Amino acid sequence: MLLIKCPHCGERPEIEFHCGGEAHIARPLDPSQLDDVQWAELLFYRANTKGVMAERWNHLHGCQRWFNALRNTVSDKILRTYMMGEPRPYIGGEAQGAATGTLSYPAPGERSK
Amino acid sequence: MTKFSAFNVARNAFSASKSWPKQWRNPEPRASYDAVIIGGGGHGLGTAYYLAKEHGLTKIAVVEKGWIGGGNTGRNTTIIRSNYLYDESAGIYEHSVKLWEKLSQELNYNVMYSPRGVLMLAHNVHDVQSSMRHVYADRLNGVDNEWLSPEECKAFCPPLNISNNIRYPVMGGALQRRGGVARHDAVAWGYARGADRLGVDIIQNCEVLRIDRDAAGTVSGIETTRGYIKTAKVGVVAAGHTSVVMERAGLRMPLESFPLQALVSEPIKPIFPCVVMSNTVHAYISQSDKGELVIGAGTDQYISYSQQGGLHIAAHTLEAICELFPQFRRMRMLRNWGGIVDTTYDRSPILSKTSIPGLYVNCGWGTGGFKATPGSAHVFAASMANDEMHPIAAPFSLNRFQSGRLIDEAAAAVAH
Ligand SMILES: Cc1cc2nc3c(=O)[nH]c(=O)nc-3n(C[C@H](O)[C@H](O)[C@H](O)COP(=O)(O)OP(=O)(O)OC[C@H]3O[C@@H](n4cnc5c(N)ncnc54)[C@H](O)[C@@H]3O)c2cc1C
Ligand SMILES: [Zn+2]
Repeated sequence: MLLIKCPHCGERPEIEFHCGGEAHIARPLDPSQLDDVQWAELLFYRANTKGVMAERWNHLHGCQRWFNALRNTVSDKILRTYMMGEPRPYIGGEAQGAATGTLSYPAPGERSK
Repeated sequence: MTKFSAFNVARNAFSASKSWPKQWRNPEPRASYDAVIIGGGGHGLGTAYYLAKEHGLTKIAVVEKGWIGGGNTGRNTTIIRSNYLYDESAGIYEHSVKLWEKLSQELNYNVMYSPRGVLMLAHNVHDVQSSMRHVYADRLNGVDNEWLSPEECKAFCPPLNISNNIRYPVMGGALQRRGGVARHDAVAWGYARGADRLGVDIIQNCEVLRIDRDAAGTVSGIETTRGYIKTAKVGVVAAGHTSVVMERAGLRMPLESFPLQALVSEPIKPIFPCVVMSNTVHAYISQSDKGELVIGAGTDQYISYSQQGGLHIAAHTLEAICELFPQFRRMRMLRNWGGIVDTTYDRSPILSKTSIPGLYVNCGWGTGGFKATPGSAHVFAASMANDEMHPIAAPFSLNRFQSGRLIDEAAAAVAH
């Protein structure tokens, strides 16, 4: 079980928390302008990082507030927790910037509209 | 390679079984292949087997970063069933169960498929309604599934506690009699042996580092820890590491990888005649032929590649097991391990072409893809050979995340 430091309450056992997955995914400013590929990316495509990842946690059975954490998904070690709204901190050694790459879909000739 | 037969088993008994030859070669990678499969689990080895056997491809390699069957194939609780809710799922899982029924003969290798019945328990009104819905949907699809009262559940599985005094009393169960278990390692080994016999090179300790394309954007080769391999067709079948491998081709995937755990107890005499699953209290249990109780737990809530889950997840499952089967309370658990399962939003797999011509992907089997091994491998091989998705595989294309045609087994609450 992880020991997680809520920035508001301090260290608590993992069973008090709910993990909300990848952090810093920007919501669309004008949802009506998104096409199907952009919706697919927003809703379903995730970095699924092996290494240091930023993720959202909710202190569900505590203060009930959301915050972000940097965690190494190989060792499960939480490197830092920080407030919602703060930019993602970078810790020495890790790659900077968002995960690269294009969507694995649409395949040529199969693009539907 | 020697064929397994009663005669050969008897003959080898005279030499204390020391003169059996190696069951597959250990070749050096060649400079180029017609097709390369990345990932030597059951699905990848099976794909290579069917590519060679049914589609006449001769130069095929399976490239595995560790040892074959060392991923989820060798870590799972081996529950096999096809009583899923949706037509598309019934299509692929039932195709698979039909192949399981003949797999030992097909491979000349005993995969110990044992259709001893899978009983899925219902513990509340919602469970009962959902189970009934499954039963009727399955029957429409020609998949066997029947509803049992609590007393009938008890008759089918005598160790089951159906008293009203437990936290989540058993209100009945859905039984698929053709469901059961198989020997996980034997599935990897049987396909490896069969593929090797057809000329497939199985290359272990060989990690794929990069997938390259040529100027036209088509797959041209892969960089590995054992050198460069030229090929125009690549099938990625890397389970929990699919996102990592696909990123090496510059592609993102709609996947998240979570740890999923299992445990086995000390071996005991035969006591447990079937497989019991409860999605509500998170307990999955059967007994192996060695006598161990094989118990499946749930996933952790966060993405991880650590191949170990939190102890509270396993403890939670054991609490449920002890309540449903009180006579197991004093048993000792011998081993506990984790695998990394690749889950999609709708908890259905992905079998698909990608935006890179020549690059195919078979993943997203998450917590429940062992049962699909033969069927998935069979239709994925056909899709790769013909460069067109097999009709059974087609609904599982990546396109569904864009068109919205999800196959929402997540709402239908599947696991294992
Ligand atoms: C604890 C547990 C219990 C489960 N219980 C059940 C169950 O009861 N019933 C059921 O149907 N399913 C179950 N599953 C799910 C099932 O195990 C999987 O869906 C299935 O085995 C996946 O098979 P695979 O061949 O796709 O993957 P794997 O067997 O994981 O094979 C993928 C292979 O790819 C290799 N690989 C990864 N990256 C690279 C690279 N860069 N280069 C080369 N090779 C690479 C890996 O080393 C691995 O060997 C369970 C899973 C777990 C973990
Ligand atoms: Zn808090």
